[in-house]
Amino acid sequence: MLLQLKQVSLSFAGNTVLHEVDFGVAAGRIHSLIGPNGAGKTSMFNVITGFYRPQQGDITLDGERIVKCKPHAVTRLGIARTFQNVRLFREMSVLENVMAGQHCRSKAGALAAILRLPSQRAEERRILETSLECLDFVGLMGHQDRLATNLAYGHQRRVEIARALATEPKLLLLDEPAAGLNSGEKQALIELIRRIRDERGVAVLLIEHDMSLVMNVSERISVLDHGSLITEGDPHSVQNDPKVIEAYLGQDDEELAL
Amino acid sequence: MTWYDSFLQQLVDGLVLGSFYALVALGYTMVFGVIKLLNFAHGDLYMTGAFAGFGGLSLVSGFLGAGWLGIFVAMLLAMLAVGCLGVVIERVAYHPMLGAPRLSILITALAVSLVLQNAALALTGGQYTAFSTDLGFGGISLGNLFLSYNQIVLVAAAAVLMIALELFVSKTLYGRAMRAVSIDKDMCRMMGINVSAVIAVTFFIGSGLAAAAGTMAGAYYGSIWYFMGFLIGLKAFTAAVIGGIGSITGAMLGGLILGLLESFGTHIPFIGSEWKDVFTFSILILVLVFKPTGLLGKSEVERM
Amino acid sequence: MDKHSPPTPTDVDEHDAGRAKPRHPLQKLYAAFESPGRRRALHLTILAILIVTPWISSQYTTVILTNALLYVVLCLGLNVVVGYAGLLDLGYAAFFAVGAYTVGILTQQFGVNFWAAIPFALMAAALAGVIIGGPTLRLRSDYLAIVTLGFGEIVRFTARNLEITGGASGLSHIPEPSLFGWHIDSSIDFYYVFVVLAVLAYIASQRLFDSRLGRAWLYVRHDEDAAEAMGINRVATKLAAYVTGAIFGAIGGIFFSVNLGAISPESFSFQQSVLILLAVVLGGMGKIPGVILGAFIVVLGPELLRDFGTLRLLIFAVLLLLIMLFRPSGIWPEKRS
Ligand SMILES: Nc1ncnc2c1ncn2[C@@H]1O[C@H](COP(=O)(O)OP(=O)(O)OP(=O)(O)O)[C@@H](O)[C@H]1O
Ligand SMILES: [Mg+2]
Repeated sequence: MLLQLKQVSLSFAGNTVLHEVDFGVAAGRIHSLIGPNGAGKTSMFNVITGFYRPQQGDITLDGERIVKCKPHAVTRLGIARTFQNVRLFREMSVLENVMAGQHCRSKAGALAAILRLPSQRAEERRILETSLECLDFVGLMGHQDRLATNLAYGHQRRVEIARALATEPKLLLLDEPAAGLNSGEKQALIELIRRIRDERGVAVLLIEHDMSLVMNVSERISVLDHGSLITEGDPHSVQNDPKVIEAYLGQDDEELAL
Repeated sequence: MTWYDSFLQQLVDGLVLGSFYALVALGYTMVFGVIKLLNFAHGDLYMTGAFAGFGGLSLVSGFLGAGWLGIFVAMLLAMLAVGCLGVVIERVAYHPMLGAPRLSILITALAVSLVLQNAALALTGGQYTAFSTDLGFGGISLGNLFLSYNQIVLVAAAAVLMIALELFVSKTLYGRAMRAVSIDKDMCRMMGINVSAVIAVTFFIGSGLAAAAGTMAGAYYGSIWYFMGFLIGLKAFTAAVIGGIGSITGAMLGGLILGLLESFGTHIPFIGSEWKDVFTFSILILVLVFKPTGLLGKSEVERM
Repeated sequence: MDKHSPPTPTDVDEHDAGRAKPRHPLQKLYAAFESPGRRRALHLTILAILIVTPWISSQYTTVILTNALLYVVLCLGLNVVVGYAGLLDLGYAAFFAVGAYTVGILTQQFGVNFWAAIPFALMAAALAGVIIGGPTLRLRSDYLAIVTLGFGEIVRFTARNLEITGGASGLSHIPEPSLFGWHIDSSIDFYYVFVVLAVLAYIASQRLFDSRLGRAWLYVRHDEDAAEAMGINRVATKLAAYVTGAIFGAIGGIFFSVNLGAISPESFSFQQSVLILLAVVLGGMGKIPGVILGAFIVVLGPELLRDFGTLRLLIFAVLLLLIMLFRPSGIWPEKRS
C-alpha cells in the first residue's frame, strides 16, 4: 500500500468525526472515497495531509509515518491535494499559482536570489519549465499570465490540479473536483484523472458526489458514513451493497442515483 | 518600615495602577469582542479623555469647584464626549474597513491613533498641561501604611464603574445583544438584532471607560500630555491579553494582576524601576506566545 | 481536453478584465515607467540625477537627500516584511537600532575596525530577528503587531538602561570609516555611500521579489493553508522575511551610526517605526517604486511642511488615515491588488 491509515480516530470537542478508520490506497490506483454529506471525507483528507491531527491511529506513506507531520512536510513526502472550495492564490497569475507547487522541490534561499547564483538561475528555469509543463498537461497553456480569479470556474479547478501536480506527488487527493462542472467538463475531468495516473504514474484518491463519474473512473471505492468505513470494493460490488444504499437513505434522490 | 508595611504599600500602589489598566483594558476587550479589531487608538482615547476631563473641569469648576464634585461632573462630561468620539471613529474609520484585509484595518487603527496623538500634540505644543484640582493630600494612616483619600476614591470609583459594566452586560438587553454579536454576527442579523447599534454602544462604553480612566489619572497625577496614552494603551492591552482578550472579567482581572506585578516586580532586588516597562512587555510577549488565550479567554476553533 | 474549443463569450470578457487597460492618468504614467524598454532608461536617468545632485545643490539638500536614501533602504527592508509577507511589524526600528548600536559599541568602545564590525552587526540583527520572530510568527496578525511593538520598546528601553549603550544620552564620537585610504567623512561622501546602499537595496528587493522565496512570501500572505498544502513551510517562510527585513534595517543602522557619529535611544522610537511603516503604506505595500516614492515623501514632506510646525505631523497622520480609507493599496499600488 502506498498510503495506509490504521485505526485513525478524530474528534472535535467530543464530537467524533472519524472512528477507527482502516484504509489504504495502492500505488498507481484510482481510488474513490464516497459517503453522504458530513460523513467525514474532507476531514479524512485533512488528517492525511496533516491539517488535522488525529487523536489516535497511524498513517504511513510508503511505510514512512506521516501522522505527526506538518502539512508542508506531508506534501514534500509526496501527497498533494486540492480543496473542496477552490483555494487558488486568487490575486496571482495562473503561472505563479502553479509555480507554488514547485516550491518544495527547489531550495534557493535569500542570498542565492540576491546574488543570482548560477544554481539559482538554473533552478528558476527548471521551476518555470515544470510549471508550464503541468499547465499544458491540464490543457491551460496560453492562460498562464491571467489572474487566477479571472478564470472560469472549471479552469480554476484545473489550475488547482496543475498546482498540485507541480509538487511532483506520488498520491493526489482530489476533493470533489467535479462540483460545479458541466457535463462536458466532467467528461474532460475523467480523462484528465486517467491521464494523471497513466502518464504520470500518480495514484489518485478522489472524493466525489457525482456517482456516474465515480463509477466510471474508479478502480476501487471506499464508503464512509458517520466517520466509519462501512464497505470497500470495486464499483460493481459497492453499487449493489445494501449497506451503502442504507447509508444514503435519507439523502435526497439525486445523491442516491447510483 | 518592615517588609510587611512595604508589602501593603505596594499592594495599594498596585491596586491604583491596576484600576487604570483595568478600565482601559475593558475597552480593548469589548471592542475586540464585537468586531475582532485591535483598536490601537484606544490608548489615545484615554489621553483624549484626560484632556476632555481637563476641559470639563475648567468649564464647571467656576460653580462646582475643582473638588470631588467638580471632578466627578467633569469625568461624566469627558465620558460622554469621548464615548461619542469613539462611536464616530468606528463609523468613519473602522466600519468601511470591516471587509478589508486585516493588515489594512490594523494600519487604519494605527492611523487613527496617530491622528488623535498629533492633534493633541499640535494643540498643546507637546507641553505637559497641569491638571490642577483642589484635592488635598489627606488620608488615613494605618501604622506605617498611608492611604490617601485620592487612592481610596479612585479605586472605589473604578470598582463602581466595573460593577456597573458587569451588570449592564449581564442584565440588560443591550448587554446580552453585545455578547451575542461577539459570538456570531450573521446569526444576530438574522435574529433581527441591530448589529451596528450594538457595535456603536460597545464603542461608546469602551471609549467612555477610557475617558473615565483618563480624567482620574489626570486628577490623580496632576498633569497630562499628548503622549500619555501610548504606554498605558500598550499596558492595558497586555492586561486584556493576560485576562484573555474578549473576556470582560478577564480584562478586570488582567488589569489588577498587571498593576500588582508591576508594583511588586519593580521592587525585586537588581531589577530597578527603570526596567519596569521592559518587565511588562516581556510578560506581554510571554503570555502571547505561551498562552494567547489568557486566563479566561476562549480559544477560537479554526476551520478549514 | 477542450484545449482547442473556442473560448466562451464570458471567458473573453473576463480575459479583458484581467488585463484592463490603464485609464487613470497616473496609471498611464506608472505603466509607462514599467515597460521594460523605458525602465532601463529610467534607471540610468535616476542614477545620473543622484550622482550629479550634490554638485548642484546646497549641503543642506545633500544631507536631506542622504536621509531620504537611508529611508529607502529601511523602507525596502520593511516592505519585505509588510508588503511581501504581509506581517505587520511595528517595531522595525529595533533592527535599525541593533545595527547601529552593534557597530557603535564595537568601533567606539572596542576599537574594532568599522568594516570588521559589519558582519557582527548583521549577525546580531539576524539573531534578533530569529529570537523575536521564531516564537511569535505563528500568532495572529494583530498579536504579532503588538508583540513587535513591545519588542521595539524593549530594545529602546534596554539601550537606555544599559551602560555599554551609553544610557539615555547614547553613544557619541563613533569614528568615521575609511575605505582603501578614502576617509569617508564629508556629507557628500556619505551621500554617495547611501546612494550605493539604496541602489543595492533596490536590486536586492527586486531580485528577491522575482525569486522562489519572494513568491513563497506572497503565497503565504494570500492563503496560508493553500501555501502549506503546496509544501511551503509557513513559519520558516515568514521567518525568512523577518530576518531579511532585519538585515536591511541593520544595514541602514550601521551606516546611520557612522554618518551621524552619534546615536541615542530616541532615534529608534516607536515613532521611527511608524514613520517607516507610513512610507511603505503610503507608497504602496509590496511595490518597490512605490515604496521608494513613499520614503522620499516621508523625508521630504516634513521639510516642505516645515512652516506648519507641529501641525505637520498631524497632516501626515491624517494623510495616512485618508490613504487607508480611500486608497488602501497606496499611491503606486502593486498591480495585482
Ligand atoms: N474543524 C472542525 N471543527 C469542528 N467540527 C468539524 C471540523 N471539521 C469538520 N468537522 C465536522 O466533521 C464532520 C464531517 O465533516 P466533513 O467536512 O469531513 O464532511 P464531508 O464528508 O467532507 O462532507 P461534504 O460531502 O459535505 O463535503 C461534520 O459534522 C463537520 O461539522
Ligand atoms: Mg467535504
